[in-house]
Amino acid sequence: MDEEYDVIVLGTGLKECILSGLLSVDGLKVLHMDRNDYYGGESTSLNLIQLWKRFRVSDKPPAHLGSSRDYNVDMIPKYIMANGALVRVLIHTDVTKYLYFKAVDGSFVYNKGKVHKVPATDMEALKSPLMGIFEKRRTRKFFIFVQDYNESDPKTHEGMDLTSVTTRELIAKYGLDDNTMDFIGHALALHRDDRYLDEPALDTVKRMKLYAESVARFQGGSPYIYPLYGLGELPQAFARLSAVYGGTYMLNKPECKVEFDEEGKVSGVTSEGETAKCKKVVCDPSYLPNKVRKVGKVARAICIMSHPIPNTNDSQSVQVILPQKQLGRRSDMYLFCCSYSHNVAPKGKFIAFVSTEAETDQPEIELKPGLDLLGPVDEIFFDMYDRYEPVNEPSLDNCFISTSYDATTHFESTVVDVLNMYTMITGKILDLNVDLSAASAAEE
Amino acid sequence: MATIGHNNLNAKLVLLGDMGAGKSSLVLRFVKGQFLEFQESTIGAAFFSQTLAANDVTVKFEIWDTAGQERYHSLAPMYYRGAAAAIIVYDISNTDSFGRAKKWVQELQKQGNPNMVMALAGNKADLEDRRKVTAEEARVYAEENGLFFMETSAKTALNVNDIFHEIAKKLPRAQPAQNPAGMVLVDRPPEGSRATSCCS
Repeated sequence: MDEEYDVIVLGTGLKECILSGLLSVDGLKVLHMDRNDYYGGESTSLNLIQLWKRFRVSDKPPAHLGSSRDYNVDMIPKYIMANGALVRVLIHTDVTKYLYFKAVDGSFVYNKGKVHKVPATDMEALKSPLMGIFEKRRTRKFFIFVQDYNESDPKTHEGMDLTSVTTRELIAKYGLDDNTMDFIGHALALHRDDRYLDEPALDTVKRMKLYAESVARFQGGSPYIYPLYGLGELPQAFARLSAVYGGTYMLNKPECKVEFDEEGKVSGVTSEGETAKCKKVVCDPSYLPNKVRKVGKVARAICIMSHPIPNTNDSQSVQVILPQKQLGRRSDMYLFCCSYSHNVAPKGKFIAFVSTEAETDQPEIELKPGLDLLGPVDEIFFDMYDRYEPVNEPSLDNCFISTSYDATTHFESTVVDVLNMYTMITGKILDLNVDLSAASAAEE
Repeated sequence: MATIGHNNLNAKLVLLGDMGAGKSSLVLRFVKGQFLEFQESTIGAAFFSQTLAANDVTVKFEIWDTAGQERYHSLAPMYYRGAAAAIIVYDISNTDSFGRAKKWVQELQKQGNPNMVMALAGNKADLEDRRKVTAEEARVYAEENGLFFMETSAKTALNVNDIFHEIAKKLPRAQPAQNPAGMVLVDRPPEGSRATSCCS
């Protein structure tokens, strides 16, 4: 350990592992440490015994739930957009070869007390019970506009400049009602609140296109894919990339104290009495608590069930979005369910999560609208965790701290944070222009 | 995971053993027919695939090397996940490396799947004059623990192809297809040579 490194990475969460991999590939000398004896930090997946230790202060889960190692319960449940930024990173780094994915069966939205499939194309819009007959036709026209819209071809713009026209104005042009806009904005464009309505429409149009193209990619019932054995596989795969390019890995390192010189710049990291020198430190907020501030709180329930979420066509894996307005809240609520089909539970068992940006200190009450959609559960765990963001100036102290994972259901914001950190650390922009059209999934 | 389709078998094979025991050299000899006297610690490549015919089927090995993550005992669970076979490598001229090989066997028995084919390779068999571990000692240990044993030399190629062949023959044939089937995302048309494999 008594060596000098270009970068010491602390914590093996997904963000830290992607960065560790990218930096090692760039030829930097990387030491990667974690205080835990497992990979993944906050974004790990737990087996049953680990889950009980964490939430029940007992290591004896009931026998009827089956074998502990058949469970991989994500601590930060998210799905991967099939055409999204994380897939680009996976392909760019060739980390895909360590992972197996399966499409997610269903994508649903909660509307007026019921759960409906999210229509992604003009044809699906015509069939959706979410809208009346005339509204369907208007929505179909709007979907066709979005599908055909090409930023670099003014002929497809119908005379509008989407960098100045707001989403609200665009919607008004197509005469869509508030109800339609609610599910489009939250379940297709995946906005978390209603600010997008008064922002330029281009972002929303791009998000809708990403959703539709992701659905088309694997012809599944959703735009999402998910790795077999759970999301905890992702940090491990990027850690392997880093190791393959020379990164050194040490788990179970207590303390990991970041050391500074007299100018306040990082000089190294100390653990168990040994100090490794380095020029830069990359870490999650828990390793430098004095350089972050709390920005929010996530409330969630983790449930083990013996049935799929009702009214989702018996989907073995599914996402349901409950838009804020439907619940009278300021932020959306999400259901996430995964099962045996993705090797995260034994046969016949389902893992469901209800999560949201917390607005109260009572998750049991706050999450009730989501929990009510699940039906009976075998076990339930309630949890709240704080979210942090860095407040330091990396150019002064050479500390690069990631932002805590948010309550969103996918990885788009995760990758944005990683790419920004990569640029701050290296001064370079990562070119993720991989050929997604040539990229396909080999499946027999 | 060993999966069968049209007389083809895909099998993940993991290498385990002490640093410097010759894990990477064994793979390089098997996959590329090369040997480097001063092989650098594994950098840049730790994933190979090689196909060979054994009796009735064609076996495509996906070979995972440790990428140095064995050094501070930080191999990820993903490394063992779904492995159909493992080669535990030690250096016959180094007693400690044999002791550590036994530790790796224990780790595999804990983490790996129970049907895994395990091979013990006493590597650097060309260094007979510096031998510290007798073949007899290793053979007894292997038999007691359900492994098969060979002495190998990546340098002279002794038994290198043979050990992979022997594994290919021992892989269970009737194993049902892994459930569920997954897909591998690829950045090239499926007929590309690498990373196009998948479960069936």
